[in-house]
Amino acid sequence: MAPTTFSYDFSNEASGFGKKSSFPSGLFINGQFVDSVDSKTIELINPTTAKSLGHITVASEKDIDLAVEAAQKAFETTWGLHASGQERGKLLIRLAELIEENIEELAALESLDNGKAVAVAQAVDVQGAADVLRYYGGWADKVHGKTIETDDATFAYTRHEPIGVVGQITPWNFPIWMLAWKLGPALATGNAVVFKPSEWTPLTALRVASLIKEAGFPPGVVNIVPGIGNIAGAAISNHSGIGKVAFTGSTAVGRAIMKAAASSNLKRVTLELGGKSPTLVLDDCNLENAARWAAYGILANHGQVCCAGTRIYVQDNIYDKFLEKFLAVVKSVKLGDPFHPETFQGPQVSKTQFDRILNYIEHGKKEGATCLLGGQQHGTEGYFIQPTIFTDIKPEMRIVKEEIFGPVGVVAKFSNDEELIKLANDTVYGLAAAVFSENLSRAVKLANALKAGTVWVNTYNTIRTNVPFGGYKQSGQGRELGEYALDNYTQVKAVHINLSGPPPI
Amino acid sequence: MSTSLPTLLTFPNGRELTVPTGLFIDNKFVPSIEGATIQSINPVTEEVLAVVSSATAKDIDIAVASSRHAFRTVWGRNIPGVERGKLLNRLADLMERDTDPLGDLEALDNGKSAEVARAVDLPEAIACLRYYAGWSDKIFGQTIEVDDKGHKSASTRIEPLGVCAQIIPWNYTIMMLAWKIGPALAAGCTVILKPSELTPLPALKLAELVVEAGFPPGVFNCVPSFGDVGGAALTSHLDVDKVAFTGSTATGRKIMQAAALSNLKKVTLELGGKSPHIIFASANLKEGPRSCESCHWGVFLNQGQDCVAGTRLYVQAKVYDAFIEELLHSAKEWTAGYGDPFAEGALGGPLVSEVQRDKVAAYVDSARAEGASIVYGGERWQGKGWYYLPTIIGDVTPTMKVVKEEIFGPVLVVTKFETEEEVIALANDSTYGLGAGFHSNDANQCQRVLARLEAGTVWVNQYGQLYPQVPFGGYKQSGMGRELGTYALENYTQVKSVLWDYSGGSAQ
Repeated sequence: MAPTTFSYDFSNEASGFGKKSSFPSGLFINGQFVDSVDSKTIELINPTTAKSLGHITVASEKDIDLAVEAAQKAFETTWGLHASGQERGKLLIRLAELIEENIEELAALESLDNGKAVAVAQAVDVQGAADVLRYYGGWADKVHGKTIETDDATFAYTRHEPIGVVGQITPWNFPIWMLAWKLGPALATGNAVVFKPSEWTPLTALRVASLIKEAGFPPGVVNIVPGIGNIAGAAISNHSGIGKVAFTGSTAVGRAIMKAAASSNLKRVTLELGGKSPTLVLDDCNLENAARWAAYGILANHGQVCCAGTRIYVQDNIYDKFLEKFLAVVKSVKLGDPFHPETFQGPQVSKTQFDRILNYIEHGKKEGATCLLGGQQHGTEGYFIQPTIFTDIKPEMRIVKEEIFGPVGVVAKFSNDEELIKLANDTVYGLAAAVFSENLSRAVKLANALKAGTVWVNTYNTIRTNVPFGGYKQSGQGRELGEYALDNYTQVKAVHINLSGPPPI
Repeated sequence: MSTSLPTLLTFPNGRELTVPTGLFIDNKFVPSIEGATIQSINPVTEEVLAVVSSATAKDIDIAVASSRHAFRTVWGRNIPGVERGKLLNRLADLMERDTDPLGDLEALDNGKSAEVARAVDLPEAIACLRYYAGWSDKIFGQTIEVDDKGHKSASTRIEPLGVCAQIIPWNYTIMMLAWKIGPALAAGCTVILKPSELTPLPALKLAELVVEAGFPPGVFNCVPSFGDVGGAALTSHLDVDKVAFTGSTATGRKIMQAAALSNLKKVTLELGGKSPHIIFASANLKEGPRSCESCHWGVFLNQGQDCVAGTRLYVQAKVYDAFIEELLHSAKEWTAGYGDPFAEGALGGPLVSEVQRDKVAAYVDSARAEGASIVYGGERWQGKGWYYLPTIIGDVTPTMKVVKEEIFGPVLVVTKFETEEEVIALANDSTYGLGAGFHSNDANQCQRVLARLEAGTVWVNQYGQLYPQVPFGGYKQSGMGRELGTYALENYTQVKSVLWDYSGGSAQ
């Protein structure tokens, strides 16, 4: 029998929520928390201590069937276009308010699960999630089709209808924020959702499930089913009752999902995948700011960011000066307990990731790159890795080509803008890029030449709820956030009403 | 005599409510600098409800300066759209909380049914504010390709207009206030709202909620005033960027003139109407009562004091007799519902003022004089209160005053017609073009008729339904510009095109 409640007492943590948190766990299907059909569970590990947090229920294929059934029923009766845009919007805004009312608890759960600093979890992740849901609440009654002029014999118009039941699979790096990015546009446009958070970090999703119920969403509209990728995730991607799957995660898994979608029912697919985003430091930049932003670009969220600025190219005539400032900033970040108010960097999310990153670091050393800083585990407890910087790199090296997803950056020189553009674009990825220069004209010209879905000028990792985000090339397809996300969750029906046109035969 | 102290009102249902009486400027209630006042009269008892401050030209100067300062410092581009949206949603929450007292106050000041005010006026106003709250952070410009060498960019910025004067009528004070401030505040403009001197109280009470919601001072100023004093001062003010007006066509002309002669401020107008309501023989008259209902709903709700009231009924000959019989039956139910606005089940009350009541009575008299038949109602009310009861007039011709001019009371004129061609011509034979409605079950007929009616809103098989997301406004002399929907945002924004040449920025 799987546990039905998750509990953790935060009163001994150094800061944050400071109380006991206790909430229903289990799978949230059709408005109820239930055991999985075959009672499977998975152990949650606290990455700060490497100790167990207990078990949570994970979904099997049969549970996904039940979730899809519940979503389908809701879509046909209480949701879809049976619920007006105003009602859908009100519910989303209510959910945003409930998240804000419980912000400290949610931030603490996020830190416990993921290892990120609790102050950041609160200010960025949880507040960001509320902001995104509120934003899409405002879109819900503004999904317009068009009336289109043809001729007097015809009245033609389009409807932007919800797809129906959509599957959403989210990663472990920003659990609650990614939840909002996914649920916001899907629910605003009237879809019912089968939502699979990462089995490594299910806690905030499970806590939000209770808030979804409290907000008043009809049962079955949102089903939250933590599960293992190749079981629950695969079941979603293959399910013939699901009209669309949205995935954020690695490029490798993205391929598998697209394949499954193709071989099952050709469900629509949007993907937010990996990146190896370049930070470009030009000789007319504000050196101090560039060094700080570049460090932030590689170290934020412990490097576990799809758009992390992991390749830093510095113009040769300022290279030494930049490197000195950059290393000083990197060295200054504090690693430690996520609940300690001064902590900037906590542990990596899991043993698997920890091993993978250290493996890349070893490889970098073997390939002949110079490890200027870091390169080891930090401390002896938990999955902490020292901020690590490589120089003397070559484009063919694995640490230059592949996504490491840890606090590991590579730095190289360039001499002119043409060379720079080639270096920056020489990747299968295309998620983001950043240009540091005080000459706006030069920066904009470079920005226009970069093959990336987001280009930052004199900033890094700046995400705005109303500005779209997504990848070029193998970093993904489709855009999230902003108005653009609505297109991922609607399908266009064109209606032609023949008023007086005679049949041809 | 100056006034700014709140006054305590007692309602027929026992409710007590304090209502501020000062001009609302910079989040404070202040007396008129020159001590001018307005008496708000209860149209049921004909007695003074309250005395409130009235803005003179000097007060308007102060209000405009306050709005301009707020626009420069705490509003406009000084606050992100998402925050403006939150404030609008908060105001909507507070109006929801206070729906009952606000609805009662709207009824007390205007004479409309309190139940209807609570069930219709308030929810529509609240929904409108929520709708525009959602738009606050979704106002987009364009980026536009102009150059194939990648050296130039063109884009548009959608910027708030600035200080906007908004002059609203007395028929739906709270709803009209929401229609005006929703898009204006969402777009980042600051607002000086002048409610009608006949119904200043609900707007002043709402001003308290504006403070409670957290709007910074000067973002919303509320200045009850007489049209030819405060209204004139606003429309000719050199530091007001835009005037939005809802009211009579006659006043609309004056406003447009004043705007032109002063600083060419931008103008949008929602004016009068004489909207046709057509019953085709192809209509589903087994649900006849429903069509009848919509006819009455279209003209007797709010005592006919509605710019888009369906005041000219056209019934196709084939179904005329049966329909008129049904119409008269249900007219009796409506009339029974006219009485004390605070009675349970009240459908209607008095007209808003003695002047309005006399105007309506004069129109009905003119119909008699011109040879029309008063088929239903048309009698003078005996006793206190400025009532005029539902009236239906038949045997009219297109040139009669009651057919051509806006009566703004519960008076319906009925005409029989033979063909679709004929009725479309009759329907369009008006200087107005605000709304139109028709009933037909023939899909091709529906398409033909809706395409050819000259009206800003056409209702098919219903009448009068409005949604905050669907635009509303007039053809011809019924106005210019659209309120509601995405279109209202255009009334409060201006487009700045930015053309940037960055070809000079090469390295080395």
